[in-house]
Amino acid sequence: MISKKDIENLANLARIRLSEEEKEGLAKDVDSILAYVDQIKAAPIGDFKQQPGAVKNVMREDVIVMTSDKDRGRLIDEAPKREGDFVAVKKIL
Amino acid sequence: MKINLQSLTIIKAHKSLIEGDFTAVELVQSYLDEIKKKNGEIHAYLEVYEDVLDQAKSADKAIADLKKENKEVPMLMGIPLAIKDNILVKGKTVSAASKILENYKATYDATVIKRLQQENGAILIGRTNMDEFAMGGSTEKSAYGVTKNPHDMRRVPGGSSGGSAAAVAGDLALAALGSDTGGSIRQPASFCGLAGLKPTYGVVSRYGLMAMGSSLDQIGPFGKTVGDAEIIFNAIRGRDPMDSTTLEKPKAENTLPISKHGESKVKGKKATNLKKSVIGVPWHFLDKGLDPAVKKNLDDTISKLKGHGYEIKEITLPNIAYSLPVYYVIMPAEVSSNMARFDGVKYGLHADGKNSIEDYFESRAAGFGPEVRRRILLGTYVLSSGYYDAYYYRANAVRRLITEDFNKAFESVDIILTPTAPSPAFKIGEKTADPVAMYLEDIFTVTANLTGLPALSVPTGFSEIEGKKLPIGMQLTSRHGDESALFQAGKDIEVEGK
Repeated sequence: MISKKDIENLANLARIRLSEEEKEGLAKDVDSILAYVDQIKAAPIGDFKQQPGAVKNVMREDVIVMTSDKDRGRLIDEAPKREGDFVAVKKIL
Repeated sequence: MKINLQSLTIIKAHKSLIEGDFTAVELVQSYLDEIKKKNGEIHAYLEVYEDVLDQAKSADKAIADLKKENKEVPMLMGIPLAIKDNILVKGKTVSAASKILENYKATYDATVIKRLQQENGAILIGRTNMDEFAMGGSTEKSAYGVTKNPHDMRRVPGGSSGGSAAAVAGDLALAALGSDTGGSIRQPASFCGLAGLKPTYGVVSRYGLMAMGSSLDQIGPFGKTVGDAEIIFNAIRGRDPMDSTTLEKPKAENTLPISKHGESKVKGKKATNLKKSVIGVPWHFLDKGLDPAVKKNLDDTISKLKGHGYEIKEITLPNIAYSLPVYYVIMPAEVSSNMARFDGVKYGLHADGKNSIEDYFESRAAGFGPEVRRRILLGTYVLSSGYYDAYYYRANAVRRLITEDFNKAFESVDIILTPTAPSPAFKIGEKTADPVAMYLEDIFTVTANLTGLPALSVPTGFSEIEGKKLPIGMQLTSRHGDESALFQAGKDIEVEGK
């Protein structure tokens, strides 16, 4: 059973503030979903080993590419707060 | 002239644009008129771009220039398309139907957009509604209101790419792009009477697609016909240096490392062109839970395939029943990781807290809707220490078993046939209270995402319910990289018209 306290712990790990009412609802939802996915415990997995698929690592040369002022401006413009050419955040230390 | 949008396909429109029956500007204007009339109720588009007519003027000029030089005009030049709101178009708002990206403007073009617009001259009409961050199966979980099914306005268009499907079904675009993580192209295609393709994993670049489940996501087309979906697929496919998960040999003729093609394929010839494919049906998985009209349509489709000379075989996929539970472990795990990037710092919505840590809590609480939160928490749970082995590790092991079952089946058949969804479109609000009931919508579609196999939903008929004709779709799945087999069989079973 997933308790309200478990939900609070998960929300804390996931950095989401939840209302009291939402915590109750989520405990119920997560419980019913986990009850459903618990079926996989019956699957005959044998001695499974992780293997790579068809997708493989792709490397490229580490070349410095200068971004144009316009593109840089566009990227920084998307930040909620900016100061000059910097993304502004609250003091951390 | 009045253009008959209802019977228009990409091939017909292309012919008319070249022969001068109508211009791209006239074609686009016809769609804009329909949008004005119908989008208020259907709510397929979140935004219609203000430069649509300018795009059409450029296309007309490009067509005229190419004709003058006696050069070939690309099939998609001047063709109006709708784009799901999670695919980046430079300079335009792209929100994933979420409050957290309400005012986000894309800083670059997705590779698929580059290929459609810049390389092929297609016209982008606007961005379409979806379940927030593609998490849902009905387009009811958008932060900007529900989209309705043009075949019956009381019903959902399916999801998560429901806006794209409704746009094409409602004659508000000629074709569209969607994304598919567990059925988000195929199920809405089935509900709206369209062809919808989830390509082989790695065949279409995802550069510029907002990530949901990175081992599952693919971009794919919606068309009114299988032929239209095929044209768009051929324009967007191929290796992309900007997406390292795209495969080096994406063409169907090539043997991909994970596939088990027949001998004639290894030599580079298309077996499907030599003789009709063998079609496998996993009856053991279809014996319960199917709507009677869907079951009848499946039987009719099988008869039709036999009539076309296909051999039908019963197959067994021993672990297929675990697909949906496996999906609902792996997908939320990947969702919880992918959604971590939304922090209220680099882009998107920012809500102020007392300190920088609280800024995260407040921004994510203000920006994410209930289904997104639910999946983030579920993903955080299955990845947390103490539960990782029981859920995530185990789910990956079962995923491998399922993939092996399919590969084994493809030693004796070329295509696997199932319905796309257990029923025709359901009513708005019918499944919103119970998340597991909504998840069951994906029962036949998630297998293609878990295995990476290509799968196509084909419109194969209708069911008359409460005086409305509701579309039904059948799903064809083939070997890795063998989309051509899907298109060939799809054309033999598709039913056109409304």
